Amino acid sequence: MAISAPDGEPAVSNTYHKSRTWLLLPSWVVLGALSLVPAILMLVYSFLTKEFRGGVIWEFSLAAYDQFFFDRGLFGDDSPTLDWTYIAIFWRSFWQAGAATLLSLAIGFPTAYFIATRPVQTRAIWVFLITIPYWVNLLIRTVSMKFLLRDEGPLNLSLMAVGLIDSPLQIVNTNLAVQLGLFYSYLPFMVLPIYAAVERYDFSLSEAAADLYASKWVTLHRILLPVTKPGVIAGCILVFVPSLGSFLAPDLLGGAKNYMIGSLIEEQFKGNAGNWPFGAAASMILLTIVLVILIAFARQQSRLERGRV
Amino acid sequence: MEQRENAIDIRSAVKRYGSFTALKEISLSIRDNEFFTLLGPSGCGKTTLLRMIAGFEAVSEGSIYLFGEEIENLPPNRRPVNTVFQNYALFPHLNVLDNVAFGLEMKGRSKLEAREKAGLMLELVQLIDFSARRPSQLSGGQQQRVALARALAPQPKVLLLDEPLSALDLKLRKTMQLELKHLQRETGITFIFVTHDQEEALTMSDRIAVMSSGQLQQLGSPRDIYETPCNMFVADFIGDTNLLDVQVDAVKDGQAVCRLAGGHQLNCEQVEGVGPGAKVHVCLRPERTFISEKPTETENLQGRVVENIFIGTDITTLVELVEGPGFTVRTSNSDRGSQGIFEPGSDVFINLEPGAARLLMD
Repeated sequence: MAISAPDGEPAVSNTYHKSRTWLLLPSWVVLGALSLVPAILMLVYSFLTKEFRGGVIWEFSLAAYDQFFFDRGLFGDDSPTLDWTYIAIFWRSFWQAGAATLLSLAIGFPTAYFIATRPVQTRAIWVFLITIPYWVNLLIRTVSMKFLLRDEGPLNLSLMAVGLIDSPLQIVNTNLAVQLGLFYSYLPFMVLPIYAAVERYDFSLSEAAADLYASKWVTLHRILLPVTKPGVIAGCILVFVPSLGSFLAPDLLGGAKNYMIGSLIEEQFKGNAGNWPFGAAASMILLTIVLVILIAFARQQSRLERGRV
Repeated sequence: MEQRENAIDIRSAVKRYGSFTALKEISLSIRDNEFFTLLGPSGCGKTTLLRMIAGFEAVSEGSIYLFGEEIENLPPNRRPVNTVFQNYALFPHLNVLDNVAFGLEMKGRSKLEAREKAGLMLELVQLIDFSARRPSQLSGGQQQRVALARALAPQPKVLLLDEPLSALDLKLRKTMQLELKHLQRETGITFIFVTHDQEEALTMSDRIAVMSSGQLQQLGSPRDIYETPCNMFVADFIGDTNLLDVQVDAVKDGQAVCRLAGGHQLNCEQVEGVGPGAKVHVCLRPERTFISEKPTETENLQGRVVENIFIGTDITTLVELVEGPGFTVRTSNSDRGSQGIFEPGSDVFINLEPGAARLLMD
């Protein structure tokens, strides 16, 4: 304690500390019940034996991980070979989520910048407008996206009317459709943190840069972007992570060829055909990869920070 | 002597924001190698004028010349002037050295060369040991000096300073005032300094432009402005002043005979345009008046002491004149000698130094 007041003050402080611990309890309960317990449950399930009609048999087994990585089975008679099927699905998912994140950043940053530079009274209205479409259920939004992009949809019809194309572009059931769907699903998660960062940005820094002979472009990437980086990073994580596990957009817009992790996991738990341990194992592998990437990124950032000081 | 080119020429510059006119036709010239101050209360347009020179505000009408070259249409990054911002605007993600090197790098110097020069600038402001720190790890005074070094490093033709000392405490501000003044002499760069602090302006400037409500009120040396204010606003804004309402009775031999409300008469030097019958004001600086028990041979006013205020070096005495208005007299504690303090309630005479009374029109 920095200041100790006379008679009895510390006691008050202790009560304060105690009550603060109690007040934090709900957040611990929420974190535990909604994050930690389910994660542990998944971890345990991934090492169990599958029951054919869904569910698990409480018997230790590595079969789920074996099925994910290897072709003929690690414990079979033949020498095991890597099975690329699921790894390829993972790879495609990362690629799709990455593309959707970049697309969101390219659109989201200018949008956030635009909102943050409006007069204070109108900013709330712009933020509100951004969030309005998200009052509609994700499924319906994704279906509407399909409607927009299909061969006889408004996009193709207007492009043909303008004369840019002669026949409809095949967009539905391509990677692009999935990326557009993911982009549209999570755009506000990119806009809002960047908006918060740009709103806090001191625009006299841009003036100072211009005063010191920096062009607008140089000011953007040497001053504005680095200073608002925490918001950009938060936005990218908030778009990338749910995109990675998303199954609606890939299912509805991507077709069979553009299968992603989310769909794979979803199927393992759906109906009687599923394989719970396998779904749990795929989830754990996904979780591990994302954690490794985020931790590596955070460490590199803090190294950069220290390097500059 | 050869006429040197002016650093800045502002010709009939007007600034409008919608229907509001922030600057009404300002014309002024700033000489090369001069410490020039734009002084005025907040909202008078001084910062707007500075930002127009820097290029952050567009000029609605008129033109600005920098050493004879018209600059009002150039973007800020193409004007060879640099600014010290009021909040310093140091780049938070760069260390002190890279902050100072930024402008040099933007001017096309290599990173190595820019850093080397930045190091020299940091030595000049005695912050070389702090090169690797972030701005947030510095005190206000240190940040101020980094901002100064950053603005001076690219060797601008003119340095613009937007109330750079306003965030510092009094003692540091006084030190920085002298440091800035010395720095201006050493570098030979023209400084344009914006402040609302008249004392600061008087201390530092070669010349001062006093502004109010978007207009230039008076331009001159600190002495000119203090001793011969040209109007009520300047007299009131610069230093402490006693302003008395008077009516001119007669004018002869360059002297105007002015009558106070109670009938008492004062002789003042006549000002152009003032004739008998005119209702004008007399401006009297508190330190050019004295208190005595009896009238002296110079001009005198009569009154009663209300209060004495001790302010360290001086004592300020508030006197209520027989004519009604209050009057302030300042006496230096070292000059007072054996003369005592007049207790509140004592009847006294206020003696005016010859030439102290100055006539002002509205």
